[in-house]
Amino acid sequence: MHSETRLIFGGLTTLAVATAALVVLPYLTVRDTPPVAGLKPYTSAQLRGRTQYIQHGCMYCHSQQPRAQAFAPDARRAWGRATVAGDYAYDDPPLLGTMRTGPDLMNIGVRQPSDQWHLGHLYQPRAYAPGSIMPAYPFLFEVRDKAEAGETVVTLPPDFTPKGKVVVARPEALDLVSYLKSLDRSYPVVDAASVN
Amino acid sequence: MNTLSILMSAFVLSLVGLGFFIWSQRSRLLSRSADGSEVIFARGEIGHPETLTPDRSLKAGAGTVDSQELLDRAAADASTAAVVFFFYCCAFVWLLVASAAGLTASIKLHAPDWLVSEAWLSFGRIRTLHLNAVAYGWAPMAGLGTALFIIPRLLKTELVGGRYALLGGALWNAALVAGLGSLAYGVSDGMEWLEIPWQIDILFVAGGALVGLPLILTLLRRKVAHLYVSVWYMGCALFWFPVLFFVANVPGLHRGVEAATMNWWFGHNVLGLFYTPLALASIYYFLPKLIGRPIQSYNLSLVGFWGLAFFYGQVGGHHLVGGPVPAWLVTLSIVQSMMMILPVVAFTVNQHLTLKGHLGALRHSPTLQFICLGGLMYTASSVQGSFEALRSVNVITHFTHYTVAHAHLGLYGFVTMVFFGAIYFVVPRVTGRDWPWPRLISLHFWLAATGIAIYFVSLTIGGWLQGSAMLDESRGFMESVRITLPYLQGRSVGGALMVLSHVVFAAHFVRLLIGGAGRTDQSSTRLSAPGAI
Repeated sequence: MHSETRLIFGGLTTLAVATAALVVLPYLTVRDTPPVAGLKPYTSAQLRGRTQYIQHGCMYCHSQQPRAQAFAPDARRAWGRATVAGDYAYDDPPLLGTMRTGPDLMNIGVRQPSDQWHLGHLYQPRAYAPGSIMPAYPFLFEVRDKAEAGETVVTLPPDFTPKGKVVVARPEALDLVSYLKSLDRSYPVVDAASVN
Repeated sequence: MNTLSILMSAFVLSLVGLGFFIWSQRSRLLSRSADGSEVIFARGEIGHPETLTPDRSLKAGAGTVDSQELLDRAAADASTAAVVFFFYCCAFVWLLVASAAGLTASIKLHAPDWLVSEAWLSFGRIRTLHLNAVAYGWAPMAGLGTALFIIPRLLKTELVGGRYALLGGALWNAALVAGLGSLAYGVSDGMEWLEIPWQIDILFVAGGALVGLPLILTLLRRKVAHLYVSVWYMGCALFWFPVLFFVANVPGLHRGVEAATMNWWFGHNVLGLFYTPLALASIYYFLPKLIGRPIQSYNLSLVGFWGLAFFYGQVGGHHLVGGPVPAWLVTLSIVQSMMMILPVVAFTVNQHLTLKGHLGALRHSPTLQFICLGGLMYTASSVQGSFEALRSVNVITHFTHYTVAHAHLGLYGFVTMVFFGAIYFVVPRVTGRDWPWPRLISLHFWLAATGIAIYFVSLTIGGWLQGSAMLDESRGFMESVRITLPYLQGRSVGGALMVLSHVVFAAHFVRLLIGGAGRTDQSSTRLSAPGAI
């Protein structure tokens, strides 16, 4: 090769083709997919919880994208129907995830509607899921002698309660739980992708 | 349009396009022999591996090697010494930071109650610190440092504006410190590979531009007619990365599932169009240099290069197989993932033919050991990646540790190994000091090679079992967790060996810097074969 111009021009052309396919076409076709009927926008507490979810990197172990029945048994694990673009209309950025070190969470709000379960599980996952390798998040809680009025006390199985102390959820934990409980894509969706 | 027609048209278009590119670059060469591959040697130098002491050799073999060309090479090295040294020092720091974070994250996966009191030490953050310290610290610092060293040599001219590169490097590292700090504190943009807040990305863009500028200025002042293979890879990588980084980080541009497709367009192209070309360019330069023989086939290099440029950019969608994104996009990515076999085979055959009959050189040159292992792992990880994209394999491996093993085979087994080799070659030439303890180089090699082997084998088996368990709905989800535990522990053992090898490597580097005057030892970075100059 003798010409740097042809080299760079050629290189940028190949990248342009790739960008057209993977970025520009999706930009034109699916970026502004309207929300599916039944999907509600997040409340401010849920949005703060979503920030916590990102901050603590939950998406590195939990996906949010159940796959179609024909492809994988995600639905039979009660993870929910296959999601469609419109399910992510309020998700900025979407948290599809690439790992299932832990289960898919797209419908965790349906499977686990209990605040106390979520709080206790965040404080010590092994209190509710023996054998779990999820990290404990003690820094989202405070262990004190007694709770103040209006604070949320976490009730834990006896073996996991610190002796003579109470575990109080910090606002971050409450926000995170309200986000987790909002994860519910159980409403029906009629869409070519999900039928296939 | 149905899937089949998209598939076929993507296939035909790619092949026609690839043919056109190769033809357009090839046409002027038809009348010439394959001398394009000889441009890295001085006249009369073929047959002689490069050593540290050209002046002495000139006396020995008077008249055989063009002394002016060797002096030009020395001038090129002198012009890059300071800036290459700076980039490499940063690379060492990030290597240690990244490996410490990586090992911590690995241990946490089988000891989940270890170090849980601090948010920044929790798995989600320390894992992200590991990835970003590798992605924006170790890999680009080592890769760009090597590019800054090689490019002036290949163009037979001095580096123009090296101080801009120095300033750019400083800005880049400041940005990385700020970026890792904000990730540890919990400020993240929330997309894998793109976590660092976009406000800090502005600093990366400025720093990167200042690093790229001198290389482009140098390219324009070249004194050779012919652009060597390594220049194609490095030149294009330096244009590809800024486009990727800029498009991916514009705030507010990407939304919904489009952000997800963009995310993997970026994530895979950072590997394919930045680290990979930098490492391949290093192989194309150092391998012939170290055995004293030009690359076997210039035409195969062309196929390898344009094939990579064409197909690699479009493979990112295979990270979203089964996901809520357009089906045609995933299919396109799977097709192009398989097409990647073409350039990979071209590269592999070329390297094999070049090395043929010279394998004995491996015994003498530690640099060559790293480079050859890296080249082999390029082939292995690429072919593995192509098959991993197929739906039938992906349905098992997606979402499992198998993918993590594959990523490390590519970025460690291939890219990092090649950069290790490059650093062993380059450091004596920019510092004027040879590595004091050649045995430590062997120790580094064997610790790293054993470490990544244990790492890869453990996680590959563990990931496959995990994926199979998840596909069988009659087995509870917890079984897919429990089944991986021994393999996660195995990964920590492999990882610990890798970290240890880095400590050896860094300690050796420090010893080289603070040691006495440069000692010349025949057996370290050069070949000690009789007759070698």
